[in-house]
This record gives sequence, structure tokens and C-alpha cells, in this order.
Amino acid sequence: MTADPPGAWRVPRGEASWPARLEHLHSPPHQLWVRGALPSPGAAAVAVVGSRRPTPGGLLSARDIGFQLAVAGIVVVSGLARGIDAASHRGALDGRGCTVAVLGCGIDLCYPREHLPLRNLIAESGCVVSEDGGDAPPDTWRFPRRNRIIAALAEAVIVVEASEKSGALSTARWAADLGREVLAVPGSIRNASSRGSNLLIRDGARPFLEIGDLFESVPALSRALVARSGPPPPGGSAARAAPDDPGEDSVLRRVLDGIGADPVHPDDLAAVLDLPAADLMAALTSLSLRGAITDVCGGRVARTF
Amino acid sequence: MLARAVACSVRGLAGVPVIVEADIANGLPNFTVVGLTDRAIQEARERVRAAINNAGYTFPSRRLTVNLAPAEVPKEGTGFDLPIAVAVLMIGNPALRLDGRGFIGELALDGSVRPVTGVLPMARCLRAAGVRQLVVAAENAEEAALVESLEVVGVSSLQRCVAHLDGSAPLAATPPGSPVAVCGDLADMATVRGQATAKRALEIAAAGGHNLLMLGPPGSGKTMLARAFCSLLPDLTSDQSLDVAAVYSLRGALRERPPTSTRPPFRAPHHSVSRAGLIGGGSGLAQPGEISLAHHGVLFLDEVCEFPRTHLEALRQPLEERAVSLVRSRGGVVFPADFVLVAAANPCPCGHLGDERGCSCTAPTLAGYVGRLSGPIRDRIDLVVHVPRQRFNDLFEAPAGESSHTIRARVEAARAVQAVRNGGWRRARHNSALEGRALQELAAPTAAATRLLALAGERLQLSARGYFRVLRMARTIADLRAATVVGEPDVAEALAFRGEQAR
Repeated sequence: MTADPPGAWRVPRGEASWPARLEHLHSPPHQLWVRGALPSPGAAAVAVVGSRRPTPGGLLSARDIGFQLAVAGIVVVSGLARGIDAASHRGALDGRGCTVAVLGCGIDLCYPREHLPLRNLIAESGCVVSEDGGDAPPDTWRFPRRNRIIAALAEAVIVVEASEKSGALSTARWAADLGREVLAVPGSIRNASSRGSNLLIRDGARPFLEIGDLFESVPALSRALVARSGPPPPGGSAARAAPDDPGEDSVLRRVLDGIGADPVHPDDLAAVLDLPAADLMAALTSLSLRGAITDVCGGRVARTF
Repeated sequence: MLARAVACSVRGLAGVPVIVEADIANGLPNFTVVGLTDRAIQEARERVRAAINNAGYTFPSRRLTVNLAPAEVPKEGTGFDLPIAVAVLMIGNPALRLDGRGFIGELALDGSVRPVTGVLPMARCLRAAGVRQLVVAAENAEEAALVESLEVVGVSSLQRCVAHLDGSAPLAATPPGSPVAVCGDLADMATVRGQATAKRALEIAAAGGHNLLMLGPPGSGKTMLARAFCSLLPDLTSDQSLDVAAVYSLRGALRERPPTSTRPPFRAPHHSVSRAGLIGGGSGLAQPGEISLAHHGVLFLDEVCEFPRTHLEALRQPLEERAVSLVRSRGGVVFPADFVLVAAANPCPCGHLGDERGCSCTAPTLAGYVGRLSGPIRDRIDLVVHVPRQRFNDLFEAPAGESSHTIRARVEAARAVQAVRNGGWRRARHNSALEGRALQELAAPTAAATRLLALAGERLQLSARGYFRVLRMARTIADLRAATVVGEPDVAEALAFRGEQAR
């Protein structure tokens, strides 16, 4: 074996820092390559996975879930893929929490390449791990293998948005086989990219509507809440958690009441509220400056929560 | 023996009066044309000789020299056929009266007179040079008659022309044409269902002359909106209308747009257009491009990200100078190009970013796509609006909204306010051209609006350029509601169209 590459080291099976939960697997990996610091052995961990081509609403949900888990002191495990994975990592980083990214390629490679800055941020506050060393290419067969590690590291798996053929469903299957709790964020029946997560709910997964659902289905996770003390992190969703009150302004109130968590285009709002576009656009800017709503791509807006 | 006739050469939209001198001397029969001529004028010798003979006159069989003065100005085109023939005929027929008259026309071999392009700018130039009567091909007469206090005579053949000049059969002048509003608008706002935000953005853009970018998935109606945008612009003044007609005349494109129309032109070049076709150019002396044909009107670039980057870069100077200067081998010309740019693009190459269907683009292709618009041209675009895909029932159920006529009345009122207020600042006819001190002075926001701008700078990461864009838009929004100062709601609305994503 050659010398360890700089920044990443090898943890052989059975070492003190070896994550005990990996032993639940039928065929655990023989080694893990790690960049950053592995979370402490007893730390509570939850996986957040989903589509690589999510809707704007799905991205918002993933980021919020990542944030809330981090604030609750729970390690967020995901796969550094585009879409939901990246959003949940970012949410956890926003919440100043610990997050673990499990790669489907060699530890020296960053796939997808544009996530290099994100990977480095994750390695600073959590860790990036892979079963493969060096620059093993991101072959398709490595990803189901990667998914089993995600499922094993976590105590529960939350599927945010997944189409019928999504790799996130493979993670959910691994989790179910390991006896981990599987939760799914329900989506519209008209939305193809929520079909997989909706199917999970039909097959018995618990719907994830709020963070409380997670603690109810996995009571052991509440230990993280006790362990974590001190004030919640500033910035990030702190402003989002408590948006300025629109106060007495009746137009702002009406506009805010018209916006749900699902992204909505101003045109539809104008039609529903029967407001001139000029007034509506001004109101949306005020609300967005107060942190009560957020822009998503395509000119749509959604309520923060 | 010597004879003179007056013709004209165009250079850009400006013209130079040309004196055609014909001289007959003893010597072997010969016919030369001198005076920095192009190939078309050299070939004129054959047309003139055949036309004179076939019209029943005798072409002098002596040494004939024609000079086009001033000799240092490059001349091109077939419009010199008629003045050359008239000058040659005058040598043998002193009864012809040429003083105070100008001639433009191409000759056919049988002696009939054919129309040429660019007659309108030539007529304007000759009028300014003191010509009282202009003789042109009958097909060009209506166009030339647009020029005020110029008597225009349309002739169909060389014989008619000679009969008019020697007084045996004088022709009546073409009645002076005057610009009339032709109802040539492509679409009315009332035919666009829904799209409340986009319509509001178009109204602001029309009122302040702001350039506009529409982002939306395929089939969301961006092209329809752009066509309707043209119907929001005020009628052209007769001077402006003449400017536009002159460019069209030069391009020989008057068939596409009647010269008497007072509606602003709408040009929508395809993204496969050549650079010369878009900006202007060509060999010899440059021809006007699409941006000049859109003078005082709308240039619509659909799928703007598909245009080659060099084309978009080339738009920067015209967008700033409101004119384009082109230098070619035979000299430089300046064409006017004072247009409002309306650009449309898909939000990503597959067109479904932010859509319910989900986007299938990879991040590198997405970055490359967005990168094309960032930079040179993006800085000149004030408004950005997202146009959502229309649901099928919206096409039937959504309210029709206001007609173009109603919105245009508001736009005209706002433009009148700008004309008075911005009058002191050169080059700032519309709010879109406000910059630097003029912007600070004329668009000074109220204290509350300033606080809002500061908050936006902090929370929305508004860039310095974005700040000025917002201020310009807010000025126009305030003008639309006839307010003298820029208030908080104006700035708030302008911020919604700023088109910078908070990260």
C-alpha cells in the first residue's frame, strides 16, 4: 500500500474510531478513507437523500431539514450529489452542524466537480468518507454500494424528493433491511419527482411533515437534543425562523397569507389576491427584505419557515 | 461642349450632392466615366448608350468624358444612370432645362427608368443643398415626396423625362406625402392572457426606454409579449418617421414597412444572423444592419443566449452611443441605432430550470449558458422578468387585462414628464439613459426609499451596478404614477425587477 494522500487517511475496520453501526451490515467495508474528522461514535446521525433533479420546493425542504437537524445536534449524512444531497449538506453547514458526505468515487476525486468548494467546507466541519482510496472513477456500480454505507451510518433516513427510479430509493431499501426508520417527505401526486417518496409512504414509510415526526419515530434521537446545549447559531435561518412581523400593513399581510411553502409565481398570486402587479411586486420586495419569503429560481417565491 | 446635371451619393444616412459633368471633344469615339466610381457606375456606360439609342436619340459618336464631382468622394450604385444620360443629351439639345433640378434613377436598355434604393436620404440631402425639383423613377416618387418642400416628378422613361425637361410635355409633381399612423401593430396587450408581472415590466420598459430581458421556459409567450411591447411605444414624430424610412430606403426594405408609417419598427433577427446583418456592414461602404432598422423602435433578440458572443459584444457600443459607426475600405459611416432591446431566453439550455418538470442540464452547461449573457450586454439591461409557462386553461379563463391603447396613454404621459424634466441633460431623453450625476440629481429618493435601498444592499447583496439600475427603474415607476420624487414603493417595485439572485 502506498503512502496516504495528503488530507485523507485510512481507517481500517476495527479501529477505535471505526463507526460501530457499519457492523450492522451483512458485508461491511474493510476500510474507510476519511477527509476531516469522523463524528464521535455515539453521535446521533440521520441521512437526508433525494433526487439529483429536484424541484425548487424540494431544494428548500432539503435545506431546511438539514438546518433543523444540525440545530438539533444531529449529524446529517448524505451523498454529495447534485440536488437534494447538496442542499441538505448546505443546510447542515448553515446550522453550524456536523455533516458527513459519503462518496461514490475515490476519496481524492470530487464528483460532481463543481462541488469541490462544498466538499472542502464539509471536510472542515465534518467529514468526507469513501470506501475507495485514490482517484477511483465514479462508476455506476459504486453508487448502490455507497448507499449501503449512508444507510448504515444513519439511524433514520429521510427521503425528500425521489422519482420512481431514484438512487435514493436504493438507500431507503438498504435502510429498511438494516431496520433503520425510513421517513419520506410527501409531495404532490402530480409531481413526477415526488413519485418515489410518495410510493415509500404508501408502502409504510412515515410521512415527514416536521422535525417532530423524526423524534417520534426514533425516540433515541432526542438524546442529541440533550447533548447539545448553548444558544442556536446566529445567521442562516435564525432570521428565517423569526421573520419580522409584517405588522399592521394590510397589503403585506394579505400577500404573505397568500404565499405557502410551495413556490408560487407572482402572476398567480396577483390573480388570486386581485392586486395590481405594481403593488404586488413592491409588497414582495418588502416581505423578502423582512426575511418572510425567499426567492426561488424561475421568479417564484416561497414562504420561509 | 459641356453640360451639367445634379445627382447624389449617399454615405450612411448623409448624402453628398454630386455634379455630373459631360464633355464632348474631337477624337476617336470613346466614353469614359471618372470620379472614384464603383463597378456599377462603370457599367452605366453600356446602359446609358443603349438607352439613349433605343429611346430614339443619337448617342454622340465622338470622344465623351463624364466626371462625377467632387472627385474624391467614393460613389456607388446605379442611380447615376439617369443624370449621366440627361447630361449627355443636353449637349446636343440646349432646350433642356436642368437648373434647380436633381436626377436619380437607373436606366433599362429600352430607355425606361427603374427605381433604386436610398432615394429618401438622397432626396433629403438634395433638398438641403438647394435642389427644388427632383426627377426620379415613378416607383420612387412617393418615397421622395415625403421630404418637405421638394417638388418630386416621377418619370417612367427617358423620353418622358426629356419631354418634361424641354417643356413639350411637363409632368405634374407627385402630391407631397405626409406620415400617417398605419395600424400596423403586431399584437395587442389585451390578446395576452394572464402574465400580469410581465405586462407591468413591459409598461415600465416602454415608459423609460429601458432594455428588458424575459426569462421563461419554451412556450411561455415571450415572443407574443415582445410583439405586444411594440404597441406600447408612442407614435413617432414625423422627423423620426422620416429617419426610420431613410434607413429602410437605404436597405431597400421599404416594401416591409410603408415609409409613411408612424408606428415604431419591430425587428426580430434570428440568431443565425451574420454580424454584418445585425450591426451593419458589407464590402465597400457599409449597409445598415438590423439594429439600425430598429431605430426608434424595438430590437427583439429571441433565444439571446444562442447568439454568438461576438455579436452580443458588438451591441455594446450601439446600446451606449445610440448609433453605430462602421469603417470599411471605402470610408466610415455612422448609422443611427436608438432602439429598445428586448431579449428573451430560456432559463437554461433545456428550458425547464425552476419548472415543475425539472431541469436536466448539467451544472457546467448551465454555467456556460448563463455566462454568455453576463458581462457586456447584461449591464445595459435594466429590467429582468420571469415569464412562467402558461397553463392551458389560462389561455381561455384568465382576464384579458388592459388594451395596448390604455397602457400607451400612461406611457405617453410618463414620457412627456421625462422630456420636460430630463431636458437639461444632454443624451438623457429617456430615464434609461440617466447616469452619474444626472441620475443622482433627477432620481433622488426620499429618506424612506434611501433606507430601503440601503437595506437591500445589505440583505440582497445589491451590486453597485444593480443599485443604479434600480434607481433608474424607480424613477420611471414614479413617473408612471406622476410623482415628482422617487418614493419607497417605487424602489420596492424596482427591486423586484432587478434580476440579481441573492445567493
